[in-house]
Amino acid sequence: METSLHAAATAAAFRETPAPFAGPAPGPAPLLNVSGLTKYYGDMLGCRDVTFALWPGEVMGIVGESGSGKSTLLGCLSGRMAPSSGQVAYESERFGVVDVHRAPEPVRRNLLRTEWGVVHQNPRDGLRLAVSAGGNIGERLMAVGARNYGTIRAEALRWLREVEIDATRIDHLPRTFSGGMQQRLQIAANLATGPRLLFMDEPTGGLDVSVQARLLDLLRNLVSRLGLSVVIVTHDLAVARLLAHRLMVMRRGKVVESGLTDQVLDDPQHPYTQLLVSSILHA
Amino acid sequence: MATMLSVRGLYKTFTLHTQHGAQIPVFHNLRFDAASGECVALAGASGAGKSSLLCCLYGNYRPQAGTIAVYHDGAHTDMVSAQPREILEIRRRTLGYVSQFLRVVPRVSAQDVVAEPLLALTGDREAARDKAAALLARLNIPRSLWSLPPATFSGGEQQRVNIARGFCVDYPVLLLDEPTASLDAANRAEVVRLIHEAKARGAAVVGIFHDEEVRDAVADRLFHLDAYKAAA
Repeated sequence: METSLHAAATAAAFRETPAPFAGPAPGPAPLLNVSGLTKYYGDMLGCRDVTFALWPGEVMGIVGESGSGKSTLLGCLSGRMAPSSGQVAYESERFGVVDVHRAPEPVRRNLLRTEWGVVHQNPRDGLRLAVSAGGNIGERLMAVGARNYGTIRAEALRWLREVEIDATRIDHLPRTFSGGMQQRLQIAANLATGPRLLFMDEPTGGLDVSVQARLLDLLRNLVSRLGLSVVIVTHDLAVARLLAHRLMVMRRGKVVESGLTDQVLDDPQHPYTQLLVSSILHA
Repeated sequence: MATMLSVRGLYKTFTLHTQHGAQIPVFHNLRFDAASGECVALAGASGAGKSSLLCCLYGNYRPQAGTIAVYHDGAHTDMVSAQPREILEIRRRTLGYVSQFLRVVPRVSAQDVVAEPLLALTGDREAARDKAAALLARLNIPRSLWSLPPATFSGGEQQRVNIARGFCVDYPVLLLDEPTASLDAANRAEVVRLIHEAKARGAAVVGIFHDEEVRDAVADRLFHLDAYKAAA
């Protein structure tokens, strides 16, 4: 009850903000509407005045060097970090429009368990290492009410298969997995509850190039087949080109350029983007 | 004939901030149209901006001014001011582009690389793979290569995979950047046939063809860029 009242209140507030994207919209409405998002750590800037809308099925890449505010922005977008100012409005299946940072904590927690997924750079931050692979997926399912052991196990097996982990590893602890396998398990656990929106922080970060290629291919297929919306932080422009429809380039907490991925990478306008693109090493 | 593509006042210049803000003017106040069923060949000296113009038309380069109206979904949409998701939708259904080089994706087979745009359009995996197979066969890619990622293919093979990919969807507007550059006579002739078929079904084709024989075979008229270069 409380949540539906809250949704109505945020919906009203939301209507007053002009839509950042004008013009005809092929999709019904943005999934995420972000306006003026700003985060200071004391007097140190995390990110400043970030505004954008993410549409269903869109993959947005956030690129920029370390310390440019990418992860801070991702933390604020996914409700895990409180911004200093600004708003994140999320069009929830269950709650209607949710003003993420003004919503009650249980709503945020519920979203993180159900409609959203968070894939951390280090799989150890997203997995429980003392719980079996199947258990890591099962826990997420149980959090949304699954109780039947057989069903949970069958679902866990299905998701292990989806991320190309051998079924015989279901009862093994993730600490016996390679880094690439751990990352795929983390993705499986996140996808098990059928999220609509994924937040990913350098998902291919610490992996070998060959392992990275496999993970990228897997992610690309899953994202397009499941029609997921994704915000992905990466400093790797090749990863961004492969996965993202559009990019935001961040520098010192601010978005200096944004647009269609190939446009930003092939015809960068901002001096910093030009520097980034021209700094890529070609093997 | 319906105007599929209409360019007005297009202005493109590169500003190289890493080279002390050096300005490289490409073209200025450019204007041209392409109609359904015709093939316009871009002409001009090397560096006249032919490839840059194709990139602008595809929404890959960002012009400094002007409009590029593409006939899409019963109306003209301006590629210059369109939002990313609109450009992607136009590319998905209306606007095809064959670049000079294939961008290879790790682990994806040649057949799936070719089928991908059609699969994205229809969702019918079998039909898309069938069409891809037919195109690969027409362009003389040995069947034994179809299941392999094209990363290790020769330059000519990669280019033919790229052409097959560009022709897999029957786009109403097709942009071709030297599609026959590294091909032998038999494959050149096949590409000419593909372009004729595209024109016959009503596609507007804009292309760069250095091979005069190919250009004479497919182009209905030339569009000279040199005049726009001088003014820049």
